[in-house]
Amino acid sequence: MKDDILLQINNISVVYSDVIQVLKGVSLAVSEGRIVSLLGSNGAGKTTTLKAISGLLKTENGQVTDGSIEFGGRSIHNLSTEMITRMGIIQVLEGRQPFKYLTIEENLRVGTATRWGKPYKRDMEMIYEYFPVLASRKKSLAGYCSGGELQMLVMGRALMAHPRLLLLDEPSLGLAPLVVREIFQIIRRINLEQHTTIVLVEQNANMALQIAHYGYVMENGKIVMEGKSEDLKENPDIKEFYLGLAASGDQKSFKNVKSYKRRKRWL
Amino acid sequence: MIMKRIRNLRFSLCGNYLERYEQELAIFETDFGRLCLLAAILFLFAVVPFISGPYTLYLLIIIAITSIAALGLNILVGFTGQLSLGHGAFFGVGAYAAAILATDYNFPFIVSVLAAGFITAIVGIGFGLPSGRLKGLYLTIATLAGQFIIEHVLVHWESVTKGVRGIVLPPPTIFGFYLDGDVAYFYVTFIALVLMAFIAVNIMRSRYGRAFVAIRDNDRAAEGMGIPIFPYKLLSFAISSFYAGFAGALWAYYMVSITAEPFTLTLSVEFIAMIIIGGLGSIPGAIFGATFITMLNEILRLFTQFLMTAPFMSGIELTLAPLRELAFGLAIVLFIIFEPRGLAEIWRIVKSNFRLWPFSY
Amino acid sequence: MEFFLQLLINGISLGFLYGLAAMGFVMIFKASRVLNFAHGEILALGAYIFLTLVTWAQLPILVAFILSLMGSFILGFVIERLFLRPLIGEPLIYVIMLTVGLAAMFKGIMLLIWGGNLYVYPDFLPAWLALDLGPLTVQPVYVASIIIGLIFLSIFGLFFKFSSQGIYMRSVADNQPAAMSLGVHVRRVFALSWAIAALVAGMRGIVLGIISGINVHDLSAIGLKVFPVVILGGLDSIGGAIIAALIIGLLETFTGGYISPSLRDVVPYACLIFILLVKPYGLFGLVEIERV
Repeated sequence: MKDDILLQINNISVVYSDVIQVLKGVSLAVSEGRIVSLLGSNGAGKTTTLKAISGLLKTENGQVTDGSIEFGGRSIHNLSTEMITRMGIIQVLEGRQPFKYLTIEENLRVGTATRWGKPYKRDMEMIYEYFPVLASRKKSLAGYCSGGELQMLVMGRALMAHPRLLLLDEPSLGLAPLVVREIFQIIRRINLEQHTTIVLVEQNANMALQIAHYGYVMENGKIVMEGKSEDLKENPDIKEFYLGLAASGDQKSFKNVKSYKRRKRWL
Repeated sequence: MIMKRIRNLRFSLCGNYLERYEQELAIFETDFGRLCLLAAILFLFAVVPFISGPYTLYLLIIIAITSIAALGLNILVGFTGQLSLGHGAFFGVGAYAAAILATDYNFPFIVSVLAAGFITAIVGIGFGLPSGRLKGLYLTIATLAGQFIIEHVLVHWESVTKGVRGIVLPPPTIFGFYLDGDVAYFYVTFIALVLMAFIAVNIMRSRYGRAFVAIRDNDRAAEGMGIPIFPYKLLSFAISSFYAGFAGALWAYYMVSITAEPFTLTLSVEFIAMIIIGGLGSIPGAIFGATFITMLNEILRLFTQFLMTAPFMSGIELTLAPLRELAFGLAIVLFIIFEPRGLAEIWRIVKSNFRLWPFSY
Repeated sequence: MEFFLQLLINGISLGFLYGLAAMGFVMIFKASRVLNFAHGEILALGAYIFLTLVTWAQLPILVAFILSLMGSFILGFVIERLFLRPLIGEPLIYVIMLTVGLAAMFKGIMLLIWGGNLYVYPDFLPAWLALDLGPLTVQPVYVASIIIGLIFLSIFGLFFKFSSQGIYMRSVADNQPAAMSLGVHVRRVFALSWAIAALVAGMRGIVLGIISGINVHDLSAIGLKVFPVVILGGLDSIGGAIIAALIIGLLETFTGGYISPSLRDVVPYACLIFILLVKPYGLFGLVEIERV
């Protein structure tokens, strides 16, 4: 990790409604042009971390109480979402949030909000090139599209903003395995061709580690493990808890009923 | 055995010690609260009517009547999350129903008041029907329409409502006793208020009350849990209209003669102001709010009287109506911005500050 | 026949006025899902500002018109800033009750300042605007209101459909968190939609004032008439609101002319109940697309 660090999070704590502490000192670094994945179970604080970066926490009564977030050398954790998005950090929200009553094309145009008034026709072509499905449904309302199409739409919409840092929150949520594969291939293509830095939050650890360069594992609001994807994939704990493999690397077998649950070594 | 029957009275507690769901349902957190309420009610019935003059008594009766109406509105708005802009008109329907039943059909007091409640509930359901097909604020708009239509009917259906001439009611009787004088009527209205508040509190603890709250918080999820939204919304609306009609009937008897004039949109807004200021979704809040607004009305009246007689104001004509509108509007706006949970929340904070003193954290 | 035609023309011009009021209303609803119960009062304020500028400050008509439109625009902006902004993130029902409170407040203020009397503007519209239709003439003010209405409507229609800012406004109406995550300036959108709505309302208040005089009670009651119109048209369709406004306008004048003048003001509401029962999303409203 000697490359240029684009995003640096130093020991942040996040508190919701002044009482619920969700993040307890999270630090991570994202290098320019890389895909970094953030793994962890439900409620580990992955989404909160993303929202802390993009500034959306404030609308949910959340607050970064400690630590700092630096983007390209500038501290951003006190800025409003409008400022942060204009610096090139775009978050793709969890669970596909299309504008249901806008057509596909209008949805994509909303993506130009951070650079209002600039031409966008060529970007639109580029999005249709990445996601050919969208081109065929340009004029139809987003509310009537399928889950896979919507996931592509919201990713395309975010790309319209020319993000330097794209925060993807569970792009595979509720999608068929084949569609998930397609979407992950596109994510990798975007990273390669547009040089967009990507932070990827995923439950599907297997897929995420395949395309990511580096990974962090979160649990209970803390980062408990980090490393290169290849290393993480080989880690026995990761295998056991996130990839669903037994410690030996085989598929876990339920024949072995008496096996004791492996203790997480970081707890 | 006896020790088990007489449980320990709990007087103060600092913290949330709930262990079972039944405890969530308890009305009083502590027995101290229960005792206080009992003492207050005793004081109200045994002492207050004898020490207060006619003016105070008049105010108290008005407060009790508006409290009943506000309770009903709070069930609809605060607990079920449906805003109604027709509560004033429903209040009027109750008043007219009671008046017509009492004069044209010679119904006795209790029967005509209850019947007025039911008639209003049925009228309410009629206007609530359109809202059933849609979620969101359509009930608000339907009740707005209801407000105007009812107002129109009250004025123009002359064969029944006597139009602008109004109706004069016979004095109320209960089992042959004439309820003459404010003291007697004080007892009637406050017994009614206590009963209605008791019923409201217990409706909110039942499955119906829980269904209302579920619809308010997330109607989709409520539907998923098997709560049929439309019937429950209508039920809530019917209950709320019943309260309005009941209160309207009491009001009509107290006022002796009624016209359609007071039952305007302004009255509906006044009721909304009551529950916002009192606290949405709080039974005592409705009573606080009704008290607050009634007092505010009186203070404004005195204030304008004072200004009109003051020498420096000569030449400037000042009427009550605009000041009242301004004050209600301002009160609503300020409460929503600064203390959206209303007087009930302030009361709760004050109470727990006392209870937990000196360790208020 | 002449009577019929006269009613027809009155109905259409009334409809146009309702349509304009509905437009401002729909705009706020589209951007922020807020049913604005203070619409009539904002409209009346516009009319009073114009009145004050024309009669008290003695400004030329055109200047006064532009100034009062600007005043309304700023007023909308200020309302959003002072009262609506603190409520971002609160449940919608509070916001709507806030507008109910605002309505009462503004009404009180206007009554305190201008009183409940009926005022009329000095006559200033040129006579050549009058439209001669054989046996009857259309008064200049109706012609002017129709022209102004058409101009405003087409400008805003195009704005929402094609301009980027219009699309951003619609995106906020649709899904606020998503719009924020893409960098749409949500607060600016809210402020803008309130300001534009107030501007349209103010304009309409002036036109109404010319037609029937200025009186707080009448003008604020007209603000509530918007509800039948927008429900009939579908809450979020501006085009629908215009057509619905024409229907309601005609319905009103014909009931008033043929049945009974006192029924006139109730018919729209009876109609509203009927619409809600039969076609709950209005003639042109979007059917709620709900995926859980």
